[in-house]
Amino acid sequence: MGLSYRRFEKVSAATSFLTEEAGACVVGGGTLLVRRVNEGDAAVTTYVRVCDPEMKRIDEADGRIRLGALVTMAQLLGHPGLQWLAPAARIVGGPAIRSAATVGGNLFAASPYGDFGVALLALGAVVTVHGAVGVEEWPLAEFFARRDSLPAGLIVTSVAFTRPEAGTFRFVKASRVKPKGAAIVSIAAVIARDAGRVGAARIAFGAMAGTPIRASSFERALIGEQLITATLDRLEPHVTEGTTPPSDAIASAWYRQAVLPVHLRRLLLPEIDG
Amino acid sequence: MAKIPLHFILNGEERAEFVDSGATLLRLLRDKTGDLTAKSGCLQGTCGTCTVLVDGAPRLSCITLAEDCDGADVETVAGLAAHGQLHPLQHAVMEHFAAQCGFCTPGMLMAAKALFLTNPRPSREDVVEALSGNICRCTGYEPIIQAVLSAAQVMSASGPGAA
Amino acid sequence: MEIRKKYFADERNDDLKEIGQSRQRSDALGHVKGITPFYADRAIPGLLHIRMVRSPHHHARILGIDASRAERHPGVRRVITARDVPHNVYTVLSLINIGPEDEPVLAFDKVRWQGEPIVCIVADSERAAYEAAQLVQIAYEELPAVFDVEEALKPGAPLVNEYHGQNYYRYDSGESRKVILGDVEKGFAEADFILEQRYQASPIEQAPTETTGCVVVPDQNNRFTCYTGTQAVFFTLDNSSVILQVPGQQLHFVGGTAGGGFGGKVDCTTEPIAILASMLTGRPVSYIYNRYEEMQISSPRAAERIYLKDGVMKDGRIVARQVRCYVDSGAYSRHTPYGTQKAAAHFPGPYTIPNVRIDCYCVYTNRTPSSAMRGFGVTIGDFALEVQMDKLARLIGMDPLEFRFVNAYRDGDMKAHHQPTEGAALIECMQEAAEWADWPVDPRCMAMSSREPRRQP
Repeated sequence: MGLSYRRFEKVSAATSFLTEEAGACVVGGGTLLVRRVNEGDAAVTTYVRVCDPEMKRIDEADGRIRLGALVTMAQLLGHPGLQWLAPAARIVGGPAIRSAATVGGNLFAASPYGDFGVALLALGAVVTVHGAVGVEEWPLAEFFARRDSLPAGLIVTSVAFTRPEAGTFRFVKASRVKPKGAAIVSIAAVIARDAGRVGAARIAFGAMAGTPIRASSFERALIGEQLITATLDRLEPHVTEGTTPPSDAIASAWYRQAVLPVHLRRLLLPEIDG
Repeated sequence: MAKIPLHFILNGEERAEFVDSGATLLRLLRDKTGDLTAKSGCLQGTCGTCTVLVDGAPRLSCITLAEDCDGADVETVAGLAAHGQLHPLQHAVMEHFAAQCGFCTPGMLMAAKALFLTNPRPSREDVVEALSGNICRCTGYEPIIQAVLSAAQVMSASGPGAA
Repeated sequence: MEIRKKYFADERNDDLKEIGQSRQRSDALGHVKGITPFYADRAIPGLLHIRMVRSPHHHARILGIDASRAERHPGVRRVITARDVPHNVYTVLSLINIGPEDEPVLAFDKVRWQGEPIVCIVADSERAAYEAAQLVQIAYEELPAVFDVEEALKPGAPLVNEYHGQNYYRYDSGESRKVILGDVEKGFAEADFILEQRYQASPIEQAPTETTGCVVVPDQNNRFTCYTGTQAVFFTLDNSSVILQVPGQQLHFVGGTAGGGFGGKVDCTTEPIAILASMLTGRPVSYIYNRYEEMQISSPRAAERIYLKDGVMKDGRIVARQVRCYVDSGAYSRHTPYGTQKAAAHFPGPYTIPNVRIDCYCVYTNRTPSSAMRGFGVTIGDFALEVQMDKLARLIGMDPLEFRFVNAYRDGDMKAHHQPTEGAALIECMQEAAEWADWPVDPRCMAMSSREPRRQP
């Protein structure tokens, strides 16, 4: 028992260690793992710090953006090419949380946390994971589906997505506390227009299930429609389809489902309802 | 638990301490260096009263691992008053009645100092954002926001580099 | 700062030296330098740490406790159970002669709320204490639990606390603390309108940023210094002295500096155990609630359910008010029988009503024991009363402020508690508030005075 800290320069070495040591866990910004240990979770016996500089890099090539898993929210906010992502990065916490909290760590945050993962889901991100069997790329939705039963030794090293067209990414988070707090609901959307109608839509919800989820039914229904009030009135039954929100100290499941269409409407029709 | 040697700078002074492996920066500061200014409020990274600066960035020392701070430059409230003179932020907090029980004050001061490092002339909105990770249960925040705005004015009047 | 002299000028000397002056608070410099000594702000070599094993059940019989693995765990210095506590009774109210000795310091035969302390681990580090706490094995027989104040009073409800024999605190006035003036039934019969409403509030956590706790250091001559965040230093010293069965001069309490308290740090839950741990180990000991414990274990303001029934006349006079108030004490009394009494003393609000009947019940349920918070027994009642006042005003079509002017206490009015009103100032407060809020009020209200006797209808 007891607690220790191990530093690894190579991802592969960390993977091997994690596979052998049951109580070892990768630490990012500490907002989830160190908190767990502080609160008495004795199952965690070793913090694993991976020091691969690749995991702290932000790269862009051919319209494809790659964020290392240890890139912090503060780093994202300071990156001139990613200012359009700032609404999602800024809302993760106060400045001190943002200088610690990482892109990779956010993917492990339990509902109602993990707002940046909601943005990545709407961006159609792919996760690169290093595990005992090698390197794989998983669509983010698949990662979330498997999150509670990941194989030992698995390390998320980066996420990647195609830069959306300017002005197509939208993000909102509703909290009880201003200027920020845990999500009642968070919503991210990438909506491409085609001759005045919705050509393609990826919409993701946070705090509406155990992990961020896509609004699949609503997305499908939206294709080919005009983005106007009448459309959203008609499609409203699709909005909560497939959602299984938690009831917690922030909001009840009933309340989350009741206000989700309101916040979605404000996000999609800011000129009318914002 | 293994004892790990760490070298770091604390408020401008070089320090070397042994910590238990896996200890947080908060424990390093409070148990080893005798600097008790960073408080333990939640140990969850949510209340902000343990806020310190690490290499110029605000960090919650309760969820920052000490071993990640080997070689780092750490600043706490204990280093805020220079040459026996209170920092303008400290003056402003007193003048604006921005400290009541005093438990959140060290974290508020360090969060405000972090703001001034990147934004010496913050708007009210900037101040609210900078303090958004720090909880005060006594004052209702308004006196703290006023204190930070007033300190920014004093500091910009006294010239650049005052932070 | 400005002192208004518009009202009651003849009642006040104008040679005030401090009132009206701005003064720097005496601890401000320490606060901004971060050197104000909160209880945990002491570097103490060899400090041991306490973690408590708590009940996972709301209501259960304890069949057996096996702490042998915890005792052998590396870093553990001592495991404390009920039999180690000299006087295993939580004594806050018996100390002020109110009574019931209905709560153990450490549970032994039963647990009555989720989180009740049972086994105390004293170890070299927080980590070792947490690890050992998970090694303690306790066998339980779960019992049916009750969480609702009115359910708890029904026949056949699970008995929460055997000490009382029923799920309420028995006052000298019976099952409730009563206030009776006139005859409410007669008042309701005369009333033009009757309005009955239900109000309730959840328990409210004080949530100070500094969690509840203390640090105890043994000194020479078998004396113990207890650095504590309590808001009740001497009360806590006296309670610790009774629980530990040691003379008070063996205990030295250092406190008065709380990192937020809001009335919640008066329950002496950590000090007796930490001092005992220090006595048993001869070492300095800290017992500091983590955030979960602060939110779930420390006593909140009690939940209340309040039924208000009012009879009101078309001209705005309230002629009858009946109050039934159920205060959720949780599994034990702590300060709630007193808070319930305060509630009875505070109803029916600052209004003159000829027929009043108040019943305030202090009810036991299998929830976290409630206790003090600023204005406990009063705040939720005020919420209910003032919402009810607005509803009554709407019911008779009167301006809500004017409605309050009609009913406000005046000097000489008989209060529900059979005491004539003295020093009333509600009318003047409302006049000033109406001006500041630019709220239009009938000139006859602006001409009223608390000193002018009420005209009998």
